[in-house]
Amino acid sequence: MSASIIAENLVKTYGTNNEVRALDGLSLTVKEGTVLSLLGPNGSGKTTTVRVLSTLLRPDSGRATVAGIDVLKNPQQVREIIGLSGQYAAVDETLTGWDNLIMFGRLYHLSSRGAKARADELLEKFSLTDAAKRPIKTYSGGMRRRLDLAASLIVKPKVLFLDEPTTGLDPRGRQEMWEVINELVKGGVTLLLTTQYLEEADQLADEIVVIDRGHVIAKGTSDSLKKDVGGERLEISVPIEQLGEVRRIVERITQSSASEDVGVHKISVAAPGGTATLIETLRELDTAGIHPLDIALKRPSLDDVFLALTGHIAEEDVETSSAAKTKRGKR
Amino acid sequence: MKDALVITKRQLLQLFRVPEVLIFSTIQPVMFVLLFRYVFGGAINTPGVDYVQLLMPGIFVQTVAFTVAGTALGLAEDMQKGLIDRFRSLPIARSAVVVGRTLGDATLNVVVLVVMAITGLLVGWRPSSSGLEILAGFIFLLVFGYAMSWMGVLVGLSVRDSRVANSVVFLFVFPMTFLSNAFAPTTGMPRPLQYVAEWNPVSTMVAGVRDLFGLEPMFGATANSFPSQNPLLMSMIYIALLMAIFIPLSVRKYKNVAPK
Repeated sequence: MSASIIAENLVKTYGTNNEVRALDGLSLTVKEGTVLSLLGPNGSGKTTTVRVLSTLLRPDSGRATVAGIDVLKNPQQVREIIGLSGQYAAVDETLTGWDNLIMFGRLYHLSSRGAKARADELLEKFSLTDAAKRPIKTYSGGMRRRLDLAASLIVKPKVLFLDEPTTGLDPRGRQEMWEVINELVKGGVTLLLTTQYLEEADQLADEIVVIDRGHVIAKGTSDSLKKDVGGERLEISVPIEQLGEVRRIVERITQSSASEDVGVHKISVAAPGGTATLIETLRELDTAGIHPLDIALKRPSLDDVFLALTGHIAEEDVETSSAAKTKRGKR
Repeated sequence: MKDALVITKRQLLQLFRVPEVLIFSTIQPVMFVLLFRYVFGGAINTPGVDYVQLLMPGIFVQTVAFTVAGTALGLAEDMQKGLIDRFRSLPIARSAVVVGRTLGDATLNVVVLVVMAITGLLVGWRPSSSGLEILAGFIFLLVFGYAMSWMGVLVGLSVRDSRVANSVVFLFVFPMTFLSNAFAPTTGMPRPLQYVAEWNPVSTMVAGVRDLFGLEPMFGATANSFPSQNPLLMSMIYIALLMAIFIPLSVRKYKNVAPK
């Protein structure tokens, strides 16, 4: 299979002294007809990557091709073959779903009749036919996202970029969106999708690329990443003076090293034994006279992936706060 | 160009879907006509000519000058909603969205001017020139509005937030329209302000339109300054300047714009 998206050493900096490195030598490859998920916290460079690959933003250096076309040299040709659906449902809210699809159809240079036929087809496909003549304002979050996605599929793009397609949706909306995306992928489109949720990457992607501070820190399949992270984790919150003791207890039980988040008084450790480990820990803590404020078994989250890969919690505040100063936000 | 018209059509479609926008954007200038005609008009002394004749060109110019607000607000909102990003990812000319927007706002101006003219006629406005000159006056107004609209493009794309766009525009368009001969004679102003008022594009526009509607162009101005002598020429220079500055800047801005 040939590569459909190639990014090489992309660099993009913001600020007067280039102090915010939104992209710091990022490289990735997406094979034709596969789904790659770009996983990272806010401010890690996900959106910036999508903006560069979809021709919206010029990087300071590096090169990129989409379906063999140079993104920097021939952006207009790239625009012909890509679909982009951003973090916000970027549609005209005062217009109806139908109006929007016709407008975008015309902007993709479909004939008037062609645009109408395509709008009908897409509304049907995304179960929006009933809402077609209602203004987008009246749509639920999930419906808006579906319409937004529909608008990016008007010309059957070869390559599709979805930037956090489910952020802000309720669980049901998220589930619906996943079904729609899975459906699309079966149709053979090459998809690059960004997400903050490991679960989402797990559901949708063939390959996952984890990024932090503008560069790739890990890549692989969902399984291989999970193996790195180590399955379920036990998290215990206790008063700060007991952190050390609790840490010794859980490390003895699990035979692995625990991490400590002093800020929120939390100990986190891999718990391969699952509930058995939980029960044993509770018993030991009770014997020691320690009453945790909170204790929970957690499936691996993005934070855990980060912890495992980088040794630090996903630090969204570092970049967003400095980026806010330069008035650029995380984009 | 065809793409630009799709964008214009979208904007006009918005007006049909949310007619309130059109209603409120015409109510404001109509209110101004009534306020100045009946509330302030009585206190403004205009020997030899009925105040409403002088007032109408002033309010027409003020209204089209405010196109800058409509354009800026609309684009800032599209920016905020991520629509501009989406448009920029489409295979259309880089100028299509902004050209479409300014044409849409110009079309809206046509509607607003018609409603205002009817209101004016109802409250006693009677232009005394020929039909052709009156038509020329209105075309002149539309072209000025179109030029101001391009200033709005730059503002809207630069501030990227509709609330900010609103305050920025009001901050300079309000003084610009009042520091002029639009509503009262400039002779009542302190000397330095008189000069500002006479060179103000709003004043030259008002004077030019008054001229085309068959009135003495200035009222009570220091009549020997260049803009008072040649209001139409001066206005054309201003319009050309506005376009020459703001069209290239706006299109360039659009190419590189990024949301907050």
